[in-house]
Amino acid sequence: MNVKEQIINILRQDARISNERIAVMLDVTPKEVEKMIEELEDDGIIIGYTAITNDEKQDKNFVCALIDVKVSPQASCGYDGVADKIAAYREVSSVYLMSGGYDLSVTIKGRNLREVAMFVTERLAPLDGVISTTTHFILHRYKEKDKMFTRDTDERSLVSP
Amino acid sequence: MDYSNILSKKVQSLEFSGIRKFFDIAASVKDVISLSVGEPDFKSPWEVRKEAVHILEQGRTSYTANAGLMELRKVISDYLYKRIHIRYDPEHQLVVTVGGSEAIDLAIRALTDSGDEVLVPQPSFVCYAPIVKLANGVPVPIETKEEDNFKLTAEALKAHITPRTKALVLPYPNNPTGAVMRKAELEAIADVLRGTDIIVISDEIYSELTYGREKHISIAEIDGMEERTIVINGFSKAYAMTGWRLGFAAAPKEIITQMLKIHQYAIMSSPTVSQYAAIVAMTECDKDIEYMRTEYDMRRRLIVDGVRKLGLECFEPEGAFYIFPSIKSTGMTSQEFCEKLVQSYKVAVVPGDAFGPCGEGYIRISYAYSLEHIMTALERMKHFLEESKQ
Repeated sequence: MNVKEQIINILRQDARISNERIAVMLDVTPKEVEKMIEELEDDGIIIGYTAITNDEKQDKNFVCALIDVKVSPQASCGYDGVADKIAAYREVSSVYLMSGGYDLSVTIKGRNLREVAMFVTERLAPLDGVISTTTHFILHRYKEKDKMFTRDTDERSLVSP
Repeated sequence: MDYSNILSKKVQSLEFSGIRKFFDIAASVKDVISLSVGEPDFKSPWEVRKEAVHILEQGRTSYTANAGLMELRKVISDYLYKRIHIRYDPEHQLVVTVGGSEAIDLAIRALTDSGDEVLVPQPSFVCYAPIVKLANGVPVPIETKEEDNFKLTAEALKAHITPRTKALVLPYPNNPTGAVMRKAELEAIADVLRGTDIIVISDEIYSELTYGREKHISIAEIDGMEERTIVINGFSKAYAMTGWRLGFAAAPKEIITQMLKIHQYAIMSSPTVSQYAAIVAMTECDKDIEYMRTEYDMRRRLIVDGVRKLGLECFEPEGAFYIFPSIKSTGMTSQEFCEKLVQSYKVAVVPGDAFGPCGEGYIRISYAYSLEHIMTALERMKHFLEESKQ
């Protein structure tokens, strides 16, 4: 693994870690780390830094859904046109083009069931090119972006040889 | 009943290890953050765990051959050939043991007659000297020094050899110092031993955790040493499989034959499920080793840097997952330092003298913990050191 790949790995674990600390871990200078992170950002490899939150703990009134969307591709731009339109909505947190029985997988978040339903029926389904939608509500989350929502307990002895 | 008259005097005279004693102290304090364990924080690779479940489902729960499953011995033979370039015959030159610990016990017992001397470089893992004593041998410690990067030097070795010297334990990469013996240093040791009848018990349990450009090298690879070396390794540290209790020894047929006798009577065969799972570890889990080594290496740099910033001198370790900083500047003994630290700031690190008297003035810190955990502990140590300066 080269240094840039290692930086990405470290930031994926903890994006708030300081450049100084990364520099020590990888045996390079903080300046070099700064430069490489800038390059990763400029090249669009790092596209942002966000917190992974346990919304169930923080905000009881919300609901997330995964929506399978069937789309008829357009001659000019395939699936990109519809996907870009869907992705532009603020409620939408992710959009993926999928293999298999449907085409786009869309994740959305709303305050309640009604809000999600409204989004699907009024915004998503009527879009040109959208053939059908299947909505799955998320009941509980266990792991996201490599992080478990419950912490592993350390079962090792306090002191061992 | 007066059990002290009944129980073996030899066994009664052995002390519990300093690690065990310190565990009792640490366990009495609530909410301790520990930097004291000698085992990986990673779980065993998933493929390994899955295989064990599969083997149990199939009901393969009987004994194996005394020396271990032939299939596993073949895999170990391939592994050793790949890593240390020696082809051990799976039929006659390998025995699968209950952890590296049993292999150490077998090796020492197979070599030692009453009064024989076994050289033990220190600071080192706590088991060598007691096992030598149980075999009626005489453990002869050889002090290694920080100025030599805790490596065994040819001079120190020569100075301790007598006509009764039977074996040399070579525990590198070293627990607790993190020291590693590189090729040139092993050549120097080999120069002393070639032409003697001294056998090297090379405990290489941390071999996969060797950092830097040069890979691990075994003394058995050095010219003329294969015939006088028992290579000991295992699955605990490399594959994060401590609880599976599986290790092995590789050596000339004549030596393994005698070790196998002890193993046969004392153990029968190593745990069967673990043996099957270990085949998968060695054939499919190189990527896990690589991942864990990279992680440890980053933590190593960070913790060495962190401890130095606290004002403690710290030798740069090149292997295992420990650092061994000096606490002499604090004016405290290792025991005092560790007891005060755990009682006032609830951080558990192991006093260096647990690994031999020459470990006095040092502490062993393990970095088999998450970065977050390590940083929290270092923060507490910082407050402790500031307070103890006043």
